[in-house]
Amino acid sequence: MEIFVQQVVSGLATGGIYGSVALALVMIYQATDVVNFAQGEMAMFSTYLAWSMLNAGVPYWAAFFATLAVAFVGGLAIERVVIRPVENAPVLTIVIVCIGLLVILNSVAGWLYSYIQKPFPSPFPAKPFKIGDIFFGAHDLGALGVTLLVLVVLYVFFRYTTLGLAMRAAAQNPVSSRLCGIRVGWMLALGWGFAALVGAVAGMMIAPIVFLDPNMMSGILIYAFASATLGGFTSPGGAVLGGLIVGVTENLVGTYVRFIGTELKLTVALAMILIVLLVRPSGLFGRVAVHRV
Amino acid sequence: MKRTRLVALALVGVLGPLLVAGPAAAQSPGVTPTEIKIGNTNPYSGPASAYGTIGKVIAAYFKKVNDEGGINGRKIDFVTLDDGYSPPKTVEMVRRLVEQDQVAFVFQTLGTPTNSAIHKYLNQAKVPHLFVATGATKWGDPQHFPWTMGWQPTYQTEGHIYAQYVLKNVPNAKIGILYQNDDYGKDYVKGLKDALGDAAKKLIVLEQSYEVTDPTIDSQIVNLKNSGANVFYNVTIPKFAVQAIKKAHDIGWKPLHLLNNVSASVDVVLKPAGLEASKDLITALYLKDPTDPQWRNDAGMKDWLVFMQKYYPEGNTKDAFNVYGYTVAQGLVHVLKQCGKDLSRENVMRQAANIKDLALPLLLPGIKVNTSPTDFYPIEQEQLAKFDGERWALFGEIYDAGKK
Repeated sequence: MEIFVQQVVSGLATGGIYGSVALALVMIYQATDVVNFAQGEMAMFSTYLAWSMLNAGVPYWAAFFATLAVAFVGGLAIERVVIRPVENAPVLTIVIVCIGLLVILNSVAGWLYSYIQKPFPSPFPAKPFKIGDIFFGAHDLGALGVTLLVLVVLYVFFRYTTLGLAMRAAAQNPVSSRLCGIRVGWMLALGWGFAALVGAVAGMMIAPIVFLDPNMMSGILIYAFASATLGGFTSPGGAVLGGLIVGVTENLVGTYVRFIGTELKLTVALAMILIVLLVRPSGLFGRVAVHRV
Repeated sequence: MKRTRLVALALVGVLGPLLVAGPAAAQSPGVTPTEIKIGNTNPYSGPASAYGTIGKVIAAYFKKVNDEGGINGRKIDFVTLDDGYSPPKTVEMVRRLVEQDQVAFVFQTLGTPTNSAIHKYLNQAKVPHLFVATGATKWGDPQHFPWTMGWQPTYQTEGHIYAQYVLKNVPNAKIGILYQNDDYGKDYVKGLKDALGDAAKKLIVLEQSYEVTDPTIDSQIVNLKNSGANVFYNVTIPKFAVQAIKKAHDIGWKPLHLLNNVSASVDVVLKPAGLEASKDLITALYLKDPTDPQWRNDAGMKDWLVFMQKYYPEGNTKDAFNVYGYTVAQGLVHVLKQCGKDLSRENVMRQAANIKDLALPLLLPGIKVNTSPTDFYPIEQEQLAKFDGERWALFGEIYDAGKK
């Protein structure tokens, strides 16, 4: 029983990581209708910026918010410079541009900061605490809390603010939105900015756990895709919950199902993507996409 | 008719010089009176680019050698290409080096899968494939692959050392293993099991693997703790070693922790994981760790720092790969000096297989490079060390896998 609970707790901790990146993926999908393969590397790069500031002696929270601001502007700039020229191109073109962005950001980070992993501080206490025989990492819990907070903020933003509604409208029906006076181009750029910001939060929460290096996000991104697919690409809450489900499932399956073991954990995540796409393409909580043809 | 003659003439024109130059070049390709051309591949891009610094530091060392007059009057022309750690690309690059650039030999190509891809080709072409940068066991097989030679102690050798230590010092050992699910991880596990012998089945209570793509290894550590293991054999690359040390500490698991040499760097692994959590770790070493304070006043280390500053200022002086590359470059320079005037491929191979008790400045005191026509494992010695919270304290005798 103890091992079961400990595995669940540890699964929730890693699931929180997946969820936070999935949230950024969903954010950009909702705001721009694009699946951004460079999301992980953007988050990694933002985290390096935070690391540089912390190293220069900037206090944690100042560096945190400064990074969010820089990430926002960076995301905006990427949309304006790189994505806008291919805005109306086929989906495949945008995917390839995103993958190009992924490779570029990864290499530039390696060139600037080297490939040696670096410790990244956590704003939460370092000491784990113990309830009964179960250990809880203070940072794991804190990071999960931050992810949930971001989720609530996003929900309120997209649901109750004019800007949020305008952004959603611009992504879903650009033509009608433009007729209503919404500046669609800028809404898409804002979408990239906000997604970069959400990604930066995720990066700074993940780095204390997996340590900071240019390839930090490569594995996580796959799990984040599984989470977002499972929860539904149109549902922020679903994405976070999807992350937790993926995290716990892979731990329990890895521990209790003999033939899967630790060797096929990644396969479990990929199988989840496949099954969801076959059975319920919109995910557990997503809206079924309806397009007029 | 006229046309045929023209073609024939053209053919002679093109092939003529080749036919004349052919035999002369075949004697010792890549060697001129003033230069020797050496080929190499390294991952300067892609997922394994952390290793790329090895290629760069070797190039920097050869620059230093050239500045100081070269070897027996010849300068080294080091041609190093990026293979991105991708085996098909390695094949392409190495063929280019051999067939187009006409290098004298290939040196320090990096990676187990990448070297496997060019293993047969270089042996068929009879091009020396020297001091490959991988710890797999298969590089020391002079009978079947007389043109290939390894360099560092093999992963299996290191596994033997830990097994002997456990058998001697831990009564009632219960061993839990965490390993990377590939050739590197499996070689380490095999080494341990081989040396444990029949006892292996009884002593090993749980084996857990991870994939390089896994974000964390928390789940595996929880299982290992739960297995009741009192010895933790940690076969992980730095990224996961940091996590493993920290997580084991965080969940209150305090086994005898054997950390593989791959991740023994004080600054890269132990400091990020926490010095307190890293206390009492045991590893096997053969190189001096540049971040270990005990070598601060070591003459070899000081020379290395001066070299780094002058020839590779952008390189990281905390990175053990830069010590590794510097040392292997020195090993090659020794071989080339020993070759004297005869730099034919045969003689390079003969001299590489004839290194006797070579001590290099950044090898641990007492560890020496030795090869012979039947021994293609240059470094076979390692010494155990325990981390005292600040530095690796060497203890026990130097273990020699060559003396068995």
